Amino acid sequence: MGAGRDGRAGDDRTTLSGSRLRRSATLVWRGMRSEPRLYVLAVGASAVFGAATVAVSRAVGWATDAVVVPAIAGDPDARSRIWVAGLVLAAVALTLALGVAGRRIWAGYGFAAIQAHHRRGLSRQYLRLPVSWHRAHPAGRLLSAASADVEAATGVFNPLPFALGVVVMIGVAAGMLLAVDVWLAVAALLVVPAAIAANVVFQRHMTPAVTRAQQLRAEVADVAHESFEGALLVTSLGTADREERRFAERTDALRAANVRVGTVRAVFDPVIELLPSLGTLAVLGVGTWRASTGAVDAGDVVTAAYLLTVMAVPVRAFGWVLGELPRALVGYDRIAGILDAPSTLSPGSQALPRAAGGLAVRLEGVGVDVPAAGTAATLLDGVDLDVAPGTTVAVVGSTGAGKTTLVSLLARLSDPTRGRVLLDDADVRDLAAGEVPAQVALVTQQTFVFEDTVRANVTLADPGDDGAPDDAAVWEALRVARVDDVVRALPGGLDAPLGERGANLSGGQRQRLAVARALVRRPRLLVLDDATSAVDPRVEAEILGSLASARGGRGDGDDVPGTTVVMVAYRMSSVALADVVVHLEGGRVADVGPHADLLARDAGYRALATAYEQETARRARELADEAAAGERLPGDEQLEGTP
Amino acid sequence: MSTSRIAAASELGVLATLRRGVQISPQIVDGLWLTLALAVLAAAGRVVVPVAVQRTIDDGILAGGGPDAGRVALLTGLAAGAVVVAGLCTAVVNVRLFRRTEAGLAALRVQAFRHVHDLSTLAQGTERRGALVSRVTSDVDTISLFVQWGGIQLLVSTLQVLVATALMAVYSWQLTLVVWACFVPLFLVLRRAQGTVNRAYAAVRQAVGAMLGAISEAVVGAETVRAYGVAARTGRRVDAAVEHTRATQARAQLLVSSVFSSGVLVANLVLAVVVVVGTLLGVGGGLTAGQVVAFLFLVQLFTGPVQQATEILNELQNAVAGWRRVLAVLETPLDVADADDATASPRGPAAVTLRGVRYAYPDGPEVLHGVDLELPARRKVAVVGRTGSGKTTVAKLVARLMDPTEGEVLLDGVDLRRLTLASLRERVVLVPQEGFLFDGTVEQNVAYGLRPDPPSDPAETRARVTGAVDALGLTDWVAGLPRGLDTPVGQRGEALSAGERQLVAIARAYLAAPDLLVLDEATSAVDPAAEVRIARALDSLTSGRSTITIAHRLSTAEASDLVVVVDDGRVVEVGGHAELAAAGGVYARMHASWVAQTR
Repeated sequence: MGAGRDGRAGDDRTTLSGSRLRRSATLVWRGMRSEPRLYVLAVGASAVFGAATVAVSRAVGWATDAVVVPAIAGDPDARSRIWVAGLVLAAVALTLALGVAGRRIWAGYGFAAIQAHHRRGLSRQYLRLPVSWHRAHPAGRLLSAASADVEAATGVFNPLPFALGVVVMIGVAAGMLLAVDVWLAVAALLVVPAAIAANVVFQRHMTPAVTRAQQLRAEVADVAHESFEGALLVTSLGTADREERRFAERTDALRAANVRVGTVRAVFDPVIELLPSLGTLAVLGVGTWRASTGAVDAGDVVTAAYLLTVMAVPVRAFGWVLGELPRALVGYDRIAGILDAPSTLSPGSQALPRAAGGLAVRLEGVGVDVPAAGTAATLLDGVDLDVAPGTTVAVVGSTGAGKTTLVSLLARLSDPTRGRVLLDDADVRDLAAGEVPAQVALVTQQTFVFEDTVRANVTLADPGDDGAPDDAAVWEALRVARVDDVVRALPGGLDAPLGERGANLSGGQRQRLAVARALVRRPRLLVLDDATSAVDPRVEAEILGSLASARGGRGDGDDVPGTTVVMVAYRMSSVALADVVVHLEGGRVADVGPHADLLARDAGYRALATAYEQETARRARELADEAAAGERLPGDEQLEGTP
Repeated sequence: MSTSRIAAASELGVLATLRRGVQISPQIVDGLWLTLALAVLAAAGRVVVPVAVQRTIDDGILAGGGPDAGRVALLTGLAAGAVVVAGLCTAVVNVRLFRRTEAGLAALRVQAFRHVHDLSTLAQGTERRGALVSRVTSDVDTISLFVQWGGIQLLVSTLQVLVATALMAVYSWQLTLVVWACFVPLFLVLRRAQGTVNRAYAAVRQAVGAMLGAISEAVVGAETVRAYGVAARTGRRVDAAVEHTRATQARAQLLVSSVFSSGVLVANLVLAVVVVVGTLLGVGGGLTAGQVVAFLFLVQLFTGPVQQATEILNELQNAVAGWRRVLAVLETPLDVADADDATASPRGPAAVTLRGVRYAYPDGPEVLHGVDLELPARRKVAVVGRTGSGKTTVAKLVARLMDPTEGEVLLDGVDLRRLTLASLRERVVLVPQEGFLFDGTVEQNVAYGLRPDPPSDPAETRARVTGAVDALGLTDWVAGLPRGLDTPVGQRGEALSAGERQLVAIARAYLAAPDLLVLDEATSAVDPAAEVRIARALDSLTSGRSTITIAHRLSTAEASDLVVVVDDGRVVEVGGHAELAAAGGVYARMHASWVAQTR
């Protein structure tokens, strides 16, 4: 599902635009700008490294001329300079090593800082964007944006200061060589444009190859993730062969893509290694010719040749930067797509005063459309509803009638396409961030358990946070939700870790934990979206019973209405607890009223509410007929009994 | 918390890991000798330039009759040819290595993937899904990355050092010893430092893992975070984890940089040593000026490999660690697997017998304490009981998701452990409470039940799926979906409600057409009318088949031929609904309370 990629606008977008070169430059510049101090230091150290590298080759050339050649030829002065040459070389070596250390340390710090910057931005966005956006974006993709895509987008910053130092190195080298001899300089420096040209060609071939491999790596992970998540289904249906084929097919595509990346690199690597070698050989040829004319001496040739040897690795830094850039652009684009996604649920500024008792809920002409197949599918339409404070409302309807869509509007997980949702007469869209969750608690069908203690999973706060419920309140909520015994049995009680790495609770226990999580917040509106479906009917009855009594005991005075409750329910026992029943069919309100009234006047509701009774009666009739007809084999009854 | 059944990593040593890895992916060593021979040629190319330098100085610039440009031109021309040939060899070596290792690693991925599926659901459940995924993705990627970068470097560097040493020894064995005397201690010191570096990297990996865990809460828990307005707190947790990762990365970088730059220092100090010692040796008559200079070039061939050795060895260790983690998956024994003498179970009415069945989850208390049951073929059986009574365990044992710790489960009189799993899965299908859906359309998910494979003809698939939907009375529901059968269900089916996911799962199981259908609270989230409709449809359509239904809602029990009441790990009542409801026992009480709730 690739929804939500369009509709971004505005000037402060993260997404890069313009030519590839311009986008690359912006990417690099933005990264360095975000950590100016670190990059000044890193590039400065790298410049020292670049200059020191040239100094090494100069020192080697000088030692050849001033010491090695004359000393071996028998010059006694030169022999006395042997130790000086050693000291000079040692000093240059020390400078070089310090430059390298500074460059690597600060480059690494900058790299880590930029990664952290991206990750903070992404997670902030994940927390800001609405649930509908999350539904349209697989969790695996979002996580890989924070890991693989961030790594790809920042990979270029590791070799970047190195490459900038190499620019200094080439500048210094060019100046030095030109001062010695133009022909020698030309022979040595021809390598640089050749290397850059080779890099450009490399980049052209590498970009599509890397993009494809990256894409396929994500696809292989997606297939594995989905397949392992469906492991029970695969085992149960015995379809492991089918899954293996599906995985093998993607794996083979990834293999081919990896080989393609490797092949491009395999061809390019020797070329970039070859260039300095060929350059050195050219220097030797040209140098000997210039030496024969007396323009240069052996030391100059050695300097130029040595320079090319020590430049062989650093010049590759351009290759690394250019090689990482395509990957970085792909990664950055993915991150930017998320950072620029507009939040359709922007909070308002109004406060929702916390009055005693329950919230009044009103829906006016509410409709919800979702995009589907180029058109829009209507999930809800023309829903008007008025719920007085303290009322318990049951939302009843067949599977897919729009019940979840309706109740998620109340907690403002999404906004209606048409109409308004009002809490205590305030449009939820006008309320400031945090106002709705402070007074509305929604318990969803599936419970998300954080990797944290039981206590934190109930309070969703850290100990000592403002307004964090104390342990007594937590136990009370657990007791009302009938999950206190389960917690008491866990090693550590409230401190027991939950989540994937902690104790795993059964579906029913998780749901009851979620109910406790809602209760501890003392909400003025409690929304239960079929939140007790995995709980035994008897346990559910107990919870709902306690909810009723807990609510009754919470008001300040007798005449203050209790918490308003809106619940999606199937069980008639739950429905019987409700003051009002809303019968939803096909996204519209079919009828509203007390259970008994609806039973009397709403045929569709009657069919839903009495499905079991009717079925029992039908079966009794059938059995009676069979008994009359002398039928005994239940396996055969359908042959005749089919209406 | 139950400990993972799948070891974190294989306990094999480095060499044993490589041997085992190659055993599993033999493609890696295909034609290895030719590759090695080409690599030697490639490495030999590296000393061409130093030799050319030496000859240019000694026979060219310092030639007796003054610099001899013609001779040097010929010499450098030849050298250029040799360098190009060596470059070609390098390219061929790289391509050969990539092709073969990638083929081997792809095979490794698929094998490990298959093994995970072949593990029992119990063993799978002891490991985090994400961790299992990384065994077949990022862990294998580590090996692939090592081959593409470090592996090639390791091979070429080793050969390069050997060839350079040989050439140096030809010039002067004394100076060669001096150079080795400088580099060997450096190498040893760097290796020692590697331990510290590795620990720093391990800390980084751990920090990244914890950070992704924190971020995943913001993603997977998006609904909860919003419903409870805890974005700020979740944000703080993520920020702390991100900052911890940054600090850990910075520390590792400081260490690595210090180690690396001390390597740079030593490697360049060697130049000073070579100039001093070489010249002194030259003065003694053992070396020419060209040879001393050639040494300066040859020393460069050592610098790279020795400096990178620590990083390459580190990468190698990562790769071996990744390999070990993948191998650990393959080493995990299959606890539910075909016996050697397993036979295929023939299709037909399925009767199930449990004899003295006891079951305890690993590291857990016993949940079934000796269950004996006769479930005749072609009957609808309902298993009821309180939460935690052990009824789901019965369902899992019948579908052989696991084996009883004691006693036996028989299908048509044969112990399940003596049947091939393939034939068993064909005959017995379990539909769990939370039906898993693949990210695709409703139709694709229903058609997933067609075995062995959905038909290749889309029209036929559509016809089969429509047939199932109609037969189950779900036509109206499908018509109400935004795009009918083509409605995308989203990841894990999250675009549908829990009840709708169950409807899809039922239709899928219906198309799978097993002899015995085990429904584990498979309709717990659908509305009563739909549940009754499905139950009735399954009734009429499963004639000739057997069903075992684990149910909270006793409407199922009312409609069944046989009710089995499980309480506290024991079967306490077995009988027809009417009989048990009248008997005044556990079932009668459960039923009375159920009726009270539904009327």
